[in-house]
Amino acid sequence: MTLAHPRPYLQPRDTHPPLDFAGYKSTGLRAPTQRPIVVPQRLTEVTGPLLVGEIGPNDHDLTRQHEGEPLGQRITVSGRVLDSDGRPVPDTLVEVWQANAAGRYAHKRDNWPAPLDPNFSGGGRVVTNSLGEYSFTTIKPGAYPWGNHHNAWRPAHIHFSLFGRAFTQRLVTQMYFPEDPLFAFDPIFRSAPEGARERMISTFDMDTTQPEWALSYRWDIVLRGREQTPFEEPHE
Amino acid sequence: MSEQLPLTPSQTVGPYLRLGLDWPKGADVVPPGTPGEIVISGIVYDGAGVPITDGLIETWQADPDGRFAHPDDPRGAVEPSVPGFLGFGRSCTDETGRWSVRTVLPGALPALDTEAQEAPHLDVSVFARGLLDRVVTRIYLAGQPGNDADPLLAAVPAERRDTLVAEKVGEAEYRFDIHLQGDRETVFLQV
Ligand SMILES: [Fe+3]
Repeated sequence: MTLAHPRPYLQPRDTHPPLDFAGYKSTGLRAPTQRPIVVPQRLTEVTGPLLVGEIGPNDHDLTRQHEGEPLGQRITVSGRVLDSDGRPVPDTLVEVWQANAAGRYAHKRDNWPAPLDPNFSGGGRVVTNSLGEYSFTTIKPGAYPWGNHHNAWRPAHIHFSLFGRAFTQRLVTQMYFPEDPLFAFDPIFRSAPEGARERMISTFDMDTTQPEWALSYRWDIVLRGREQTPFEEPHE
Repeated sequence: MSEQLPLTPSQTVGPYLRLGLDWPKGADVVPPGTPGEIVISGIVYDGAGVPITDGLIETWQADPDGRFAHPDDPRGAVEPSVPGFLGFGRSCTDETGRWSVRTVLPGALPALDTEAQEAPHLDVSVFARGLLDRVVTRIYLAGQPGNDADPLLAAVPAERRDTLVAEKVGEAEYRFDIHLQGDRETVFLQV
């Protein structure tokens, strides 16, 4: 039996952060020290989970998951999931999690002195439509301090998890907000190569801002495609 | 070739990943009570040998017939032969650094690019605070006859091959620890 080999999803250079990034201390004991072994993409890699799990009625609206409304600036975050060939990725799961308006996560290990919001859990999920579009309603997360170095603060961000349609397209990233003064000081944001960082920053969009309801931020996410010039990007 | 869009960079999941990524039945690749079910579990360690309690393991595998319910499989997408089989498993590490998935043995696969067959395996993504991108590895299962002829295992230096093979520790239980660094650093793959 001969089978056509599916075309691989290719990884371009100058995109992802190096695993060992000295400015981010936790990489020290966690980034593997040996180079990864480059292996061909076979059946397990060019396929991937197409499942979406269970989606609840308010999973796309983080402001409606409790009795009352959370405090903070109500926003919508929407955009498209694409691959680098420019093709929309339809019917794919997008998962998000974030801090509340005061910069505190509803997580037992987050205990810095900012208030919890009983009306905000901070987790959401949606599935893209046939055009690869997604949309969440939420509140703008606050910045928060962390222990990486003296006076370390994370710029406001929303964590995003994406599957695409192949194991090789899996991506976890963070979306940032325009013109955050903390960009200059944040090693996690700055771990991405110069020229690539800006792709993690959403744009404010007046056209889709809803009068007397919610400010709109737009953010497109681009996953690996198949037609990319085949550069390898070994992790150092 | 059409114009290429630049990719979105990866970022760490951070310490609070459970808020978005913890699924109630995420660790069940098959429903409990499935005939032939096995449990694969292990601990994720950092370079100091300390268990990582804020990590996430995801697994992806073929069904017992070596098939995928996926249109990009050139043999065609087929419904799994095991009822409720998802192929995908997800387990946050607990307070002891332990993860665990309930599944069934995957089938062997044609390698496509060589005559060889790939031995039964699961693809694995490891996410954690401190990992700016996921790292990828594979789980093979001790005692599977095809392991000796597997082309990926053959490409791994012999002295490190064991890090990709889950140990059989019970009738239907396998153990697969992951070491991000150190003497027993797991072999990671660039796919
Ligand atoms: Fe965060």
